[in-house]
This record gives sequence, C-alpha cells and structure tokens, in this order.
Amino acid sequence: MSRSPKRLSLQSSNPKKTDARASGLYIHVPFCASKCPYCDFFSIASADMIAAWCASVCRELDLYRERFERFETVYFGGGTPSLLSAQQLGSLMEHVRTRVRIATDAECTIEVNPDDLSSEKARALRDPGFNRLSIGVQSFDDLLLKFLQRRHTARQARDAFEHAAAAGFENISLDLMYGLPEQDWQAELAQAISLQPGHVSCYQLTIKPGTAFFSMQQEGRLQAASEETLAQLFLLTDSLLAEAGYDHYEVSNYAREPGCEARHNSRYWQHRPYLGLGPAAHSFDGEKRWWNIDSVPDYCSLISSGSLPVAGSEILTPDQLRLERLMLGLRTSRGVAREDVGAGGSTLAQLEREGLITLHSGRIAPTPRGMLFADRLPLLLEDGVADNSAV
Amino acid sequence: MHHIRNFSIIAHIDHGKSTLADRLIQHAGLISARDFHDQLLDSMDIEQERGITIKSQTVALPYTGTDGQQYVLNLIDTPGHVDFSYEVSRALASCEGVLLLVDAAQGVEAQTLANLYAAMDHNLEIIPVINKIDLPAADIERVKEEIEIELGLDSSGALLCSAKAGIGIDEVFEAVVKRLPAPKGDPAAPLSALIFDANYDQFRGTVVSCRVFNGSLKAGDTIRFMSNGACYRVEEVGVYRIKLEKRASLSAGEVGYIIAGIKTVSDTRVGDTITLDSNPAAEPLSGFKEPKSMVFSSVYPIAADDYPDLVEALEKYKLNDAALNYQKDSSAALGQGFRCGFLGLLHLEIVQERMEREYDQAIIMTAPSVQYKFLLKNGTELTIENPQYYPDPTAIDTAFEPYVRISIIIPERYMGAVMKLCTERRGSNSRFTYPSTGRIEVNFDMPLAEIIYDFYDRLKTITQGYGSFDYEYLDHRPGDLVKVDMMVNHEKVDALSFISHRDNARARGLQYCERLKEEIPRQMFKIIIQGAIGGSIIARSTINPFRKDVTAKCYGGDITRKRKLLEKQKKGKERMKMVGNVQIPQKAFVAILKSEKD
Repeated sequence: MSRSPKRLSLQSSNPKKTDARASGLYIHVPFCASKCPYCDFFSIASADMIAAWCASVCRELDLYRERFERFETVYFGGGTPSLLSAQQLGSLMEHVRTRVRIATDAECTIEVNPDDLSSEKARALRDPGFNRLSIGVQSFDDLLLKFLQRRHTARQARDAFEHAAAAGFENISLDLMYGLPEQDWQAELAQAISLQPGHVSCYQLTIKPGTAFFSMQQEGRLQAASEETLAQLFLLTDSLLAEAGYDHYEVSNYAREPGCEARHNSRYWQHRPYLGLGPAAHSFDGEKRWWNIDSVPDYCSLISSGSLPVAGSEILTPDQLRLERLMLGLRTSRGVAREDVGAGGSTLAQLEREGLITLHSGRIAPTPRGMLFADRLPLLLEDGVADNSAV
Repeated sequence: MHHIRNFSIIAHIDHGKSTLADRLIQHAGLISARDFHDQLLDSMDIEQERGITIKSQTVALPYTGTDGQQYVLNLIDTPGHVDFSYEVSRALASCEGVLLLVDAAQGVEAQTLANLYAAMDHNLEIIPVINKIDLPAADIERVKEEIEIELGLDSSGALLCSAKAGIGIDEVFEAVVKRLPAPKGDPAAPLSALIFDANYDQFRGTVVSCRVFNGSLKAGDTIRFMSNGACYRVEEVGVYRIKLEKRASLSAGEVGYIIAGIKTVSDTRVGDTITLDSNPAAEPLSGFKEPKSMVFSSVYPIAADDYPDLVEALEKYKLNDAALNYQKDSSAALGQGFRCGFLGLLHLEIVQERMEREYDQAIIMTAPSVQYKFLLKNGTELTIENPQYYPDPTAIDTAFEPYVRISIIIPERYMGAVMKLCTERRGSNSRFTYPSTGRIEVNFDMPLAEIIYDFYDRLKTITQGYGSFDYEYLDHRPGDLVKVDMMVNHEKVDALSFISHRDNARARGLQYCERLKEEIPRQMFKIIIQGAIGGSIIARSTINPFRKDVTAKCYGGDITRKRKLLEKQKKGKERMKMVGNVQIPQKAFVAILKSEKD
C-alpha cells in the first residue's frame, strides 16, 4: 500500500487516492449532561463551548476539503450529539452539504439519548437529513439504568423508539449493555426484540481505566461478571437474536435484514477511509491514521489559528495494514481474505474443526463462537509461526 | 616495598563498600569529580543492579602520608557470593590486610562475620571501620560493642567515617599506611606471582591481574604458568589506575597486570602461580584449584534460526569467563544448543542475564542438574550431567550422586533451624565447632543436588541473613535416583526432565507442575502438565482454556490502540517456545529454577 516514501505531513499523504474514493465522515460531539460511570470516550460535562465547537468543526472540514470530497456516510457520535439543538445540528449539516458532496443515498446517523428524544426533536432531526438513529437505551431495567447513572427510564427508552418510528425513521438502532450485576438479560433482550428495531448493538460491560466503575472495582465495590458468564451471555445473545431473525454481522452488532447493517461503522471494520472531525476524533485515509487533540479549548484555539488540531499520526506499514485488516475483519461475519492469512492449512483446518471459523469462497470468517476469540485469532492466523498453536 | 600496602574492603551487603572504594579513588585524585560516577568498581550493569561484585577489580591509589612519604595503596575488590568464594580467597591471599566495614546504624551483620573469618583464614591484619556515622540512626557505641563481642576485635582502634559524606577518609588512608604491614618478599628471588583475576579486553587480549610475592618481571620476559607449564612472552606490565598504566617492571610486593598475548581468559587459571621460564620458582604458591563446574544446564536459542548467533555470543562470552564450560548439545523439544557447566546457580543466572543483555540473545535454559555417575549391570561406568542421557533404569546396577561438604557459620540461636534444614536436605555426618563465643560452625555431608536449587535462599531466610555458607566437593556416593519426565499435553519436554532422589521426586514434580501452571499463559485449549517416572504419573496440574478473548467495541478511535496491543502480544509470542501445540514462555523454563516461595 505505501509505495510512496514515508512522509510526515498530512498534506502529502497521497491525495489522489483519497479523491478516488468516497469516505465516511465522523463528527465527534464531546458534550454530555453528565459523565456515565462506564464510559471512557472523550467528553466534557459542560455545554459552554458548544457554539465555539460548532464553528471549529465547520472550519476543520474546510481544511480537509481538498483531500476528502465525497462521503457515503455521516455519523454524529459522542458524547451526546442529541444535546445539540435541532437548529445547531441543522446548520452543521447545512455547512457540510455546501462544502463537500454527500451521496444522495448516504447513511446519516446521529446518536441520541432517550431523554433528549421528544417527538418534536425526532421530527426536527429529519430536516437536516438524518435517516438513522442510534438510541442509547443501555437497559430496559430502571434499577440498572440508575446503576448506570443514565438520565432516562425504561419507559422513556420505549417512548423514544416510538417517537423515532413515528417521525419516519426506518433505520433505528438500539444500544444495550449486558454483563451488568443482577441483570435479567434474556428479558431485556426480549423487550428490545419486541420493538423490532432494524439494528441492535449489544455491548458487554467493560470496565476501563479512568472510569468511575474502574475505581469502584479497585475498591471492591463492583465486581465484573466472570469470563465464563460473559461467554455464555455472548452466545445466548447470538442465539436469541438469531431466532428473532437478526444477523450477527459483527462481535457486538446485529442487523434485522440486509441493508440494516451500520454502513458507517462497517467502514471501520472494512478498513475503508474515514475523516473524523472534532476533539479526539480519528481519521484514516487508507495508509495514514491521525487523531485530534482531546481538549475542547485546545481544539478550538488550534482551529482558529488555522492549524490542524492533530495530536498524533502514523503511517502504516504493509504489515501493519495487514494486521489491522485481520484484526478488524475477524470481528465480522464477512471475515478476511484468504490471501491476508499467513497461517497454513493445518491451522485453518483445526480451527474449522473446532467450529471457530468457516472457509468459503476465498474468505475466512469467524463463527459466532469464533467471535468470542476475535482478539486472539489475528495472531493465530497472521503467519506460519503459530502454525500448530491453534487448537 | 615499604611504601606499598595491599588491602581489600570487606563488608556486609549495603554497608557501603563500593561507596568507600569510590571515595578513596576520588581522594587519591585518580579521577576528576566531573568523570566521577557512583560505584566505579562495579562496572557491569548486573553488578550495580544486584549490588554484588562479580568480577574483581583493582586500583592502585597514590597517597602521601602525614610522614611526607609517598605510598601506593593497592585496593583489591572481591566478589561477593558463595559461587565465587574461590575467587574471593585468591583476592584475599593477595593482601596483607583488610578494612572491615560495619554500618553505624545496622551494626554487625551476617556477612560481616563470614568475611571476617575469610580474612582471618589468610592471617590478614583487620581494621574495623564504622561507616555511615552521619546517619541519624547511627549508634557508634552499640556498634563498637558488637565489634568487641560479636567479632572479638578491639574496637578502640575502629575508624569512624562516612564514605558518602566524605568524613574520616584521611584517617582511613593513614590507618592503611600505619596499621597494615608492608608486603614481604624477596625481589631477587625467582619470580612467583599469584593470579587473582583475569579479564578480556577486545583490543589487548587477556589482562591478567596478579600479586607478585617474590622476584620481578618486565616486558620481554618469558613467563610460565606453573599449573600447566604454558609459556608466554610478556608484552606489557603495569598497574591499575582506573585505566591500565604501563610500568617498566613489577616486583615483589606489587600488584598489577600482565599482558602476554594470552588469547582467552580460559588459558589462565585464577590461583595459578606465574614464574619465569628461565629461572622458575621451586614451588607454586599454595591454594591453587581448577575451577570446577558444579551445576549444568543446557542453553538453547528461542528461535532455531538464531543458533549461529548463540555460537558466536558464547565464544565471545567465554573469553571473559574462564569458569564457564560448554559443549554442543541437542534436544528434541528445543533443537540445537549447548550443555554448559557453571560454578553454581548464581553463576548460571549471571551468565543467562549477561547473554541476554550484553549479547542480545533470547535463550532458554533447562533445569539445572549435577553430574551423576552410574555403574551399569554390564560392568561399564557412565557419567552424565544431562537427564536426557539417563540410562535405562533396568540396566543400572548402582547410581552415584555428587556429595559436598558444606560449612555454615551462624549465631548459636539459629542452630535448631539450620539442623532441621540440613537433615531435610539429606545432610549427614554432622560436625560442629565453635570458632568464637556465640558462633557455631556446622558441617554436613550433603548431596550437591540438594543445595543447587534453593538451599542458600532458604538458609538466608531461616537465619535472617546471618548464615554464611560455603561448600566443597567430596566424592560421589550411591543414591536411589530416578529420572522424572515433564510432559505438556502428553508430549515429553526433554528440556524440563530432571534427575532426583526417589524420595523427593514427587514433591519436585509437583513444584514443577505448579510453576509451569503459573507461567504458561492460558490458551484456547486445556493444557495438562504432568510429571512421570517411566510410565507412571506422579504429579499433575491443569491450565484451563480461556473462554473468551474479545473486546466489545472497536470503532475508529480504537484501531491504533488495539493494533499496538496485538503488536505487543506478537513480540511476546516471539519469546515463546512451541512444544507440541503449547506455547511455553521463555520465563517458564527459568521459573522452575527459582526457589520455592515462602
């Protein structure tokens, strides 16, 4: 991939190639009404800088216009994008559309919190062109919602879904969490299925350093579910959603019918280019990745001085690109191309016998059980060194 | 000769030996404050990290006495571990006196005593020095009392100093001059010089450190090593002044170096006597011993491709470590490698660490073994130090294992605990002597195999550091031996098999199983670890497979971080050895060498 010599400035990273392809556009909205105890994404619990941020994001997009012209997907992630008013979101989208080309059939997603999604807000989000909503339900159990320090109730979550559907959103995704203390996961999943969303994301509770849950765990006030329990919950989720007609197309993601897969997120797993705007956002142009500074004031002041707010970057070697393709591809039911796999036939045959992968039409894909080992498979499959180490 | 003093500093660990040495060097003006870095004499990384001295270093300190006379004070540093006790004894044999350093806060400690005995063995003059007197916790009166009572030395002559703060350093110099005897010897007699160390210098070849007792030598002389008769023409002689400093000659009483076109350090023997080929001494100096390998282990590269690098690294390493012996070896599990002989387990660990750090070799070392002898039923005799070559048990008439005579000096109060430890380790033929009030010397005959693993560590624990320990090879004696094979998922790992006394086989097998269980990471399948004698399993442990290894989220911002994690794991994997279908980390092979945790 990187035939060109290593170049360090962003401007020189093979613009032609990027021009030739449409990209995904990610906009990071780093504002939250309050910090959730499990979340380690970058955000601040203050709305003071929203206006400055809006202006900066617009200018940042302008700085990249030469290199990123066409987009197939737009994704507003956070943080809590639904904290922004419909008007703020509208003018942002307006700016985007005037500066770059958004495909007519583009997927335009916004993450919303149930407590923000009144029926008016839902309708208002249609105007700027959003056609997909990702609702942060997390749980349908009020006690667990309290535990997660969410600001909504189960009732509000169901209402939010109804409002979205009534506003004409056909493509709605629900975010759920499992592996929570004393959770009846099967019942929660049944509630989600009863709403018949086109897409469901089921994330296992992961306690990450720097979060409130992490401190609680250190102090012994919170105990994570055992590996065995989590593995069983993972497989249970797979089978219950399969029964309900959902396709398990990525470790944590399920689509009710073809076409309901998250197109923007799939770009990440398929190693396709994306431009990330906003503090802490990451971008990838096919061979180079860079990431923005994770401070709203610093981000805004760099932009206003005309600089790119980039905190770091890397140009990926062919080996690194291949490792990433494996790492990402093996999270998805689409799998990876046989030619990216260095491991010999015996390893593959063993893994297939164990029911962890399938081999078909030149691709190697994990089974749902194989997805449980998605972080292990890349190194097993990468080269011949681990040839007989698989099973 | 009246203006020479040869001395060592001896001390318990951390009582400030290296700091005092540094301070003396600095005061003698051998090195400017700008070039000064702490612990000059401990030049290897490992020495500085572990706070022990492995290779002796020497320095000649110029000093003008209060009497106005010019003196040369030769400070001979000594290694600090039982594996190197022979090197210590040769260094001390080169001195007339020692500074016995005692920490003003901690007082007399275990090694203070052990070192004192070593010095007394050589009839050296001893000057007690109380160091660290500037510490708030310093209690000089108590320490003086301990010197009187525990060491039996006159404390009125004890010097007070702080090497760190530079207090009392002049007094130390003056005491060395006034209280230590000048060397004796006859410069006109035939040459006899004691080798107490040898180092390899990549530009100059072997640099031999020696103490001249009689006669003299100069460049151009032909010297003869009295142990093997080898002769060399001297290219250069000189003294150590941090750097090598050339001299016209070395003569009786002096300490210095000889460069004589000696290719490797192994061509010299510490403790050997050097004489002149043309006018040899009638007898060598007493006390010479051949270095003897006591512990054996095989060394393999982690990746078979790295074998040529290992060959080269060992050759280079050997230039500077005469005590290491090696020869080619191979293993079904680990491929081509070398069987190495070491002075002891610490020596083994040092070689391993230096191979990794200085020669960048990723190596695996197998479980250490001693040398066994077998009388077979067909009348032939067999000597092996590698469990791989253990003979067919039905063909063995009698098995023999090496025995050593151990000597432990302890305060009386530890007597019970030490007796118990020694009996547990099959010690026999005990003998006790009382070298001084309150102290006891315990002697046992003990199988060497019992002490190579963790005996010294155990001894230090039960005597709270007050036990000094030494051992000496006796002979091979009959023993009820068995070979224990270690198996990982039913596949024999020959590099982990070991020979044991039958009574200990099960316990050690279990210990190995548990150690391997701790060190082998969980994999996608169950791993069974077993120890077996012949066909029967005597120990077993199981490593459960992990049930999942996946992170819930992976979006745009997670990719770089996640890939870096994989790259790190990949590096870790390169340091694993595949045995059958199991990845065994390098450290698992090492971990089983380590002593049992308390």
